Amino acid sequence: MNQISALARVFAYLSLLTVGGGMAAFPEMKILTVDVHKWLTFPQLIHLYSVGQMAPGPNMMMIVSVGEWAGGFLGALVTLVAFFAPTALLTFVVARLWKRLDQWRWRPSIQQGLAPVSIGLLLAGCFTMAKGAITGLDTATIAVGVLLILMQYKINPAFLVLAGAIVGVVSFAPK
Amino acid sequence: MADASVSKSAVSIRDIFIEFLIIGVTSFGDVVPYLRAALVNKRCWVDDKEFLQMLSISQSLPGLNATNMAILVGEKLRGARGSVAAISGICLPGAVLMYMVAIFYHLHGDHPWTTAALKGVAAAAVGLILSTVVQLSKKSLAGKFDFIFMTLTVLAVNRLHQSVPRTLIGVGILAILFHWPGRARKASDIQ
Repeated sequence: MNQISALARVFAYLSLLTVGGGMAAFPEMKILTVDVHKWLTFPQLIHLYSVGQMAPGPNMMMIVSVGEWAGGFLGALVTLVAFFAPTALLTFVVARLWKRLDQWRWRPSIQQGLAPVSIGLLLAGCFTMAKGAITGLDTATIAVGVLLILMQYKINPAFLVLAGAIVGVVSFAPK
Repeated sequence: MADASVSKSAVSIRDIFIEFLIIGVTSFGDVVPYLRAALVNKRCWVDDKEFLQMLSISQSLPGLNATNMAILVGEKLRGARGSVAAISGICLPGAVLMYMVAIFYHLHGDHPWTTAALKGVAAAAVGLILSTVVQLSKKSLAGKFDFIFMTLTVLAVNRLHQSVPRTLIGVGILAILFHWPGRARKASDIQ
């Protein structure tokens, strides 16, 4: 039961850090789930996050996997609710109280001010992940390849992550 | 705003749930274009202008764009119950899939083939996130100060090991004050 309440606390907290996208919470998620609570190892967290990129819908559904890993079905359910309820409630209340939020004179300031910070958080999350995922020239080549393809062509990124799996099996599986 | 497309009572909770469930099954990568296609073009539940206003509110608040949009559109259509139906629908498919992934990973995570595949998947995901950084930077960074705020954020988290909330509040407030309303008005025609 301790694990379940810890899951609820951790993911409710992480929820509030997802400014500009789920990846913004990744460095903090690594510290809390891997270093503090030891629900999974860093490579496992990276694997689940990466596989999550192939799942449809909002792109942080990998939190369900972390919840399952730490506390079974109940853990998964509690994690899902904890991760989405706080921001959902906040957005709902703001929408209710403030129908004219879009005309508030500070709103463009907040949006423009948060843009560089949220991109910075995304990049910081990316670097945190790269420390575990980019282990040599081979994995670096895959990452740069995906980056260049996505910058050049309009292609569904889920296919490229899938292609990464195939390249992985071909080049890293024991012969 | 005047929205003649639908009256509130015309949309049932069930319709909201099903439409968002469809978006939850079919959308990959950035969810926003799928939301627009379904909510503006197909269902006419919100018009284009309202969609953009809701999107900019979603981006100004914590939470994923996809789920914040579900809350806002659900609220507009049927209040609190509409919001719950929308966010449940959009989250359910991915949540069920990732639940199954967790169980599969429990059972077969150590298999050498799985490890090899995941090594490739993780590297590809890093490339994907980097491409998102590049795209967002092109779209929403204006001027060298934005690059400075971005760099400060990265350094604070990765080098100085500051917590994300501390960084968010520190650099965030600095950046918001820099874009204060008097200045933002000049730039507001970007939107």
